[in-house]
Amino acid sequence: MSTRLITDSSEWSFPLLERFDRELGRLAHEVYGLDTYANQIEVISSEQMIDAYSSVGLPIYYHHWSFGKQFVATEQTYRRGQMGLAYEIVINSDPCIAYLMEENSLPMQALVIAHACYGHNSFFKGNYLFRTWTSADAIIDYLVFARKYIAQCEERYGHDEVELLLDSCHALMNHGVDRYKRPSPLSMAEEQRRQRERADYIQSQINDLWRTLPPAAEHDASRSEARWPDEPQENILYFIEKNAPLLEPWQREIVRIVRRIGQYFYPQRQTQVMNEGWATYWHYTLMNHLYDDGLVSDGFMIEFLQSHTSVVFQPPFDAPYYSGINPYALGFAMMRDIRRICESPTDEDRYWFPDIAGGDWIKVLDFAMRNFKDESFIAQFLSPNLMREFRLFAITDDDLEEHLEVKAIHEESGYRALRQALAEQYNLGTREPNIQVYNVDRRGDRSLTLRHFAHQRRPLGDSVPEMLRHIRRLWGFTVRLGTVDDQGRVELIGEV
Amino acid sequence: MSHFIDRRLNGKNKSAVNRQRFLKRYKTQLKRAVADAVDKRSITDMDSGEKVGIPSRDISEPVFHHGKGGVRDMVHPGNKQFESGDRIRRPEGGQGGGSGQGRASRDGQGEDEFVFELSREEFMDLLFEDLELPNLVRNQLIGTTEFKTVRAGYSTQGAPTNIDVVRSLKGAVARRTALGAPSRARIRELEEEVERLLAGGIPETDPHIGERRAEIDRLKTRIAALPFIDTFDLRYQSFVKLPEPTSKAVMLCIMDVSGSMDQERKNLAKRFFILLYLFLKRNYDRIEVIFIRHHTIAQEVDEEDFFYSRETGGTVVSSALNLAYDVVKERYDPSVWNIYTAQASDGDNWDSDSSLCRDLLIEKLMPLMRYYAYVEITPRQHQSLWYAYEEVMAAHPHFAMQEIDGAEDIYPVFRELFKRQSA
Repeated sequence: MSTRLITDSSEWSFPLLERFDRELGRLAHEVYGLDTYANQIEVISSEQMIDAYSSVGLPIYYHHWSFGKQFVATEQTYRRGQMGLAYEIVINSDPCIAYLMEENSLPMQALVIAHACYGHNSFFKGNYLFRTWTSADAIIDYLVFARKYIAQCEERYGHDEVELLLDSCHALMNHGVDRYKRPSPLSMAEEQRRQRERADYIQSQINDLWRTLPPAAEHDASRSEARWPDEPQENILYFIEKNAPLLEPWQREIVRIVRRIGQYFYPQRQTQVMNEGWATYWHYTLMNHLYDDGLVSDGFMIEFLQSHTSVVFQPPFDAPYYSGINPYALGFAMMRDIRRICESPTDEDRYWFPDIAGGDWIKVLDFAMRNFKDESFIAQFLSPNLMREFRLFAITDDDLEEHLEVKAIHEESGYRALRQALAEQYNLGTREPNIQVYNVDRRGDRSLTLRHFAHQRRPLGDSVPEMLRHIRRLWGFTVRLGTVDDQGRVELIGEV
Repeated sequence: MSHFIDRRLNGKNKSAVNRQRFLKRYKTQLKRAVADAVDKRSITDMDSGEKVGIPSRDISEPVFHHGKGGVRDMVHPGNKQFESGDRIRRPEGGQGGGSGQGRASRDGQGEDEFVFELSREEFMDLLFEDLELPNLVRNQLIGTTEFKTVRAGYSTQGAPTNIDVVRSLKGAVARRTALGAPSRARIRELEEEVERLLAGGIPETDPHIGERRAEIDRLKTRIAALPFIDTFDLRYQSFVKLPEPTSKAVMLCIMDVSGSMDQERKNLAKRFFILLYLFLKRNYDRIEVIFIRHHTIAQEVDEEDFFYSRETGGTVVSSALNLAYDVVKERYDPSVWNIYTAQASDGDNWDSDSSLCRDLLIEKLMPLMRYYAYVEITPRQHQSLWYAYEEVMAAHPHFAMQEIDGAEDIYPVFRELFKRQSA
């Protein structure tokens, strides 16, 4: 059997990397049916990794001081040894670019190739959010364009001007994403056809009798003071790009660049658990398969397992280094649990998951990967078994009450509430404040009114005045922010 | 399917621009931090980088986020003893109060500092920004002019070491082509004739043909005899020496080390000179520094002795001025050198000596100087020397004086004395 070993060494070399990549690729594609983009694997040094960190992992990015700050901070903590660097960074592009650090040992490089180049890569290619919101084949070109465009603007309009604009746009980056596809604009012919249809319909419904009714009192005279936009808008950056009265065309273009890059990252923020869980599950499965085939040695496997277990470790809530639920741990456990439910379901599983219990695990996992995001994935697939394993419990913290209340724990009567609460925790809509463009005083002082919808009485943090100044810089006129509480009462909390 | 690229040799300073922008943005804060650092540091390590901090709240990148309050549901792992419906006392501090990861630091009021390290260059840049040596004039030297060697095309004469091989061979090819051209034309003509004759049925042995063939051979020998390279072809790289105006400067540092200068004041003076010295070294390559210390008699010493040796005695300032004058007269011709002087003293002087100093300065020294800076390190009333120097200042605009009370004054005074003069 030892004759089949790929190598004994733990030092990597390019031929060895290529060999591992070939083996892993063969398993991933032929045995497990993963569908991936082509891989571009780049070996970089730790300094370059710090560079990559500071530009959010993107291989090319425009210049901004905040990336410098990030760089300085990362460099500091790394140099003092307070923090290790990530083993890899992978970019959702076609071909999929993955960075390997040269310091990694061979088992680590193999792990990273399995994790990034087959795990993340297939997730990027398959998941519906990434398919809807990002175009992997165009992102690099777009980043090149963005960098050039912003550099030109800096030359023409001055660094300071561009920097101020970017500061404001970055502040609103999270409020510059579309959550739903915007309908494509109708053609003129289509518009006219629909208009005709509506007119015909109204015509067909006319009954002269109605005209004999006395006119109703003008009860909505005050409301007919038409608001604009008609519907509240949650994509604040988009609204500003299209409607801010004073922006120059180049400024609108920069707003658009920031917005589009924000949109590119939007799926990643919603699929942490799934994406990391998926990648971790596949590096675990692929490496074990290599081991079962006798291609790697025991020592190799021990080193791999050592890093793997530290990645998926979940400290309990009362541990001093607890910082929330580890997405790698939760995601990995859920993926494994789905496989377990398919392969050897218990009665409980059959009751909870009648659709998948006893099914083909590869198909079920693939379906889950393609069609869910964290929130819905947890709501759909978190099993009672796993809740017991993690010993999950839900707590309600109401600032009007003196005590925290344990709402549900891992027991029969609590599973549904617990699962609901955990899914909600991954809902970006609840994690981030819900702020919408409510009205623009188009005929008066052109002031912009924003509304914050306070969910469960949760107020906004102390960044409000500064944020309003940023929005005002973009809008150019007075900006107001009101909070709407659960009863619908509006309270003005800031005006700049 | 997969493609490996080794990027390790690519540049690693991709973020250098971003780092520079970050520094630029926080320059004012950094400057303050740097000025503080200068006060705190000992003299010997003035020349290295520095760790500086900026309050986190000033460099924040705000986003809308939830504040404290309202109703929150959280799910945690690792339950040990809780039952559904249990009521738990609200834990002190942040635990359980955050809405997930990443919020805790923002909720804190940003008392902590964002600390990072400046490189030596960045530190020096910030320290000496906007400063320059006043009245630096480029003195053109006549006697010992400095020369810079520059390329000046090609020449037909020169030293063998300067032969430009490519140029020379190009010349040779051109020459051979030119000289061989008539012969080659004739050869072509003769060959055509031979062709024609042969085509006309004339046998190979015909004398007409033999004659022509003989001539062709003769011409070919002639072409082959053209020399491959000729002295005529040689080209030499040509260099000429251009005289360069120099901006040589000499800085005279004069310090009082008399008994009235206690250790603390000496330290202050030392810091002033240290700043000055670093400043000069950074701004001007060609600069000489003369150190003169004095009590009742003045001595020219080296840098080490100037800053670190101990000596005491009374105070006669004019001794140092006289020595400075001698040094300049002897070694630094003012038409060649830009001469600057910085003097530090506590202002104590023999009363009768102060007027002597004034006269010395006004009549002898100041006409030679580009700039003369005097710092008085005293928390007390000014004494005679200060008033004497005020008269000098009235007479010569390039004489400047400032007072230093404590360590915190040194840097501002230094900036004041050497601030960039607007055009």
